[in-house]
Amino acid sequence: MTTIITILFFAVAYGMILYLISVGLSVTMGLMGFVNLAHGVFAMLGGYVTVMMMNRLGVPFLPALAIGCVLVAMLGFVLERTLYRHLYGRSELDQVLFSIGLVLVSVAIVRIVWGPLAQPMQLPEYLKGQVSIAGITLPAYRLALVGFGTAVIAGLWFMFDRTLFGARIRAAVDNRAMAQSIGINTSRLFSLAFGLGTGLAALGGGLGADVLAIAPAYPLQYIVYFLIVVAVGGLGDIKGPFVAALVIGLADTLCRYFLPEAGSIFIFAFVFLVLLWRPNGIIERR
Amino acid sequence: MSSAGTLARLMRVGLVLAATMAVPFVAALPASAQTVKIGMILTYSGRDAALGEQIDRAVNLFVKMHEKELPPGVKVELIKRDDTGVNPDLAKRLAQELILRDGVQILTGGQWTPNAMAIAGLTKEAKVPFITMTAGGSAVTLQSPYVVRTGWTLWQTSYPLGQWAAKQGWKNAYTVVSDFGPGHDGEAAFTKGFTEGGGAITGAVRIPLKTTDYLPYFQKIKDVNPDVVYVFNPGGPQATAFMKAFDDVGITKSKIKLIGPGDITSDDELPNMGKSALGVVTMLQYSPAGVRPANAEFVAAWKKEYGADQVPTYFAVAGWDGMRAIFDTIKAQKGKIDPEATMAFLRSWSNPVSPRGPVRIDQAGDIVQHLYLRRVEEKDGRLANIEFATIEQTGDPWKIFNKK
Repeated sequence: MTTIITILFFAVAYGMILYLISVGLSVTMGLMGFVNLAHGVFAMLGGYVTVMMMNRLGVPFLPALAIGCVLVAMLGFVLERTLYRHLYGRSELDQVLFSIGLVLVSVAIVRIVWGPLAQPMQLPEYLKGQVSIAGITLPAYRLALVGFGTAVIAGLWFMFDRTLFGARIRAAVDNRAMAQSIGINTSRLFSLAFGLGTGLAALGGGLGADVLAIAPAYPLQYIVYFLIVVAVGGLGDIKGPFVAALVIGLADTLCRYFLPEAGSIFIFAFVFLVLLWRPNGIIERR
Repeated sequence: MSSAGTLARLMRVGLVLAATMAVPFVAALPASAQTVKIGMILTYSGRDAALGEQIDRAVNLFVKMHEKELPPGVKVELIKRDDTGVNPDLAKRLAQELILRDGVQILTGGQWTPNAMAIAGLTKEAKVPFITMTAGGSAVTLQSPYVVRTGWTLWQTSYPLGQWAAKQGWKNAYTVVSDFGPGHDGEAAFTKGFTEGGGAITGAVRIPLKTTDYLPYFQKIKDVNPDVVYVFNPGGPQATAFMKAFDDVGITKSKIKLIGPGDITSDDELPNMGKSALGVVTMLQYSPAGVRPANAEFVAAWKKEYGADQVPTYFAVAGWDGMRAIFDTIKAQKGKIDPEATMAFLRSWSNPVSPRGPVRIDQAGDIVQHLYLRRVEEKDGRLANIEFATIEQTGDPWKIFNKK
């Protein structure tokens, strides 16, 4: 029994990592309809800022995380104003080519600035080792991931479903011209939403740095995870990726525990089957 | 826009990228007799670039310190290429370019077994001597008569480790290895050594190289509760990720013992692993903490060049000795590299004062060296692999067992 709970917990924790690094993409790609393959760049930058501030400047983990999040969100805001907005009306292929180009450029820049090596993440003492809850010992870091993941989904759900900002974004996504005609400043709104998406990416990069190592190849190395979560979750909704990340985390973890012989092929076969069954994602937007 | 459409477009982009990367060859240039061109293929980027950097630094340091020993007028020119990780197709293409376009006379590097296998296949046709530095799969030297290795094989470390583990009175072992050539070799070698000594294997798992979350695998090990776990990963950042995950599921604090080839406690990663690595016993041909005059000199030169907090690892020593073998060959032939003469020379090459002790290359092209049992201990406030027993010189056990 203890084992089953532990394994389920690992599954949820892994799902949360997947969710945290992908949720920003579900904002930019899902809500704004922009195929932003450079999502990983922002996650990587968030990770670099967090890890560098901890290792070089001795800033504690949580403030470093917050600073990374804010800095990268600001960068995202600026890039949206200067680069991304010119591609909103363009074809998806143009968007893909542009964002892949951005990935290649940023990988090269990061290599020059921080070198080719992976940056070691030193977690604070309170996140190391294990915590005992009701007789079950769980790794503290994973527990924190689950907490953050839950907080992020709750916050996003509240923002998009219950606030005026969320309502405006949904309106602008559904019909930009109509939203503009009733006085919503959609241009500013999209900049803010893009900043939010990149800030969330940075949060995921910083939080997940102990599992997904921060190195220049990050945006390319983990692009498969971002895309799987968003593809399985379906576009245009923030809850879809959450469900998708949990389902994938669960399937992958159970496979590793009970059927390790299946290796890495399992997750791709699984995604393939899910997409055959629901080509538009697990949760379809009506 | 549908996600399926997006994925299809992605694939198209991937194809375009792949096509542009297939650069056509330019005619081969004749190499000057006085400049020996050496092509070196290592991992300079990606998650495992730290391993390539160790080799690269060792090679650079060796050339800097020993360049003046070359015959008058003879120079070496290193042409470096990045294979980005386990990537045999890319390694093969890079080797092809180095041979045809750059006209290299010697190939080296060959950091990964799958990459070294791909490069070795080419050398058979091209007749270019290939000194693989850190590929640990036994089969690499069988691919071509033009290959020798200066690193180690997994059979060298893991077979005697299995014998040693059985002698400790441990009855049940679980093996967990990275799922590629050397991992399979390590698993087979440890299993043979351990079961011959009377032990039993209660479980075995092969973890895909790209895995990032190891917890479910290790939780299973904890539930099976063996006496000892044989671990292999390719060292570097992955070694730290393994150790952290063992710590996360509580294995490091349990009575289950962790052992493996020295890759799993590589010296440059020990500071990142922290105290969870204490007490782990490994078998390897080199530890920077080893007490030998040649090693003291080597470590001192390393720290002088790269900083007091830097330590050379077994990757560095394999690169260092590889470069020494190449230099000795160039000296013996006075800068004119003949493939057949080079191979004959390398197959009887020896170095009595390597930082890891006496080494030589045998007729099979494999390195023959001492192996040391080491335990992770705290020494002068830092973690180090402290040698506590020596296994006298062996070649590759796999080839000894499978002699035709």
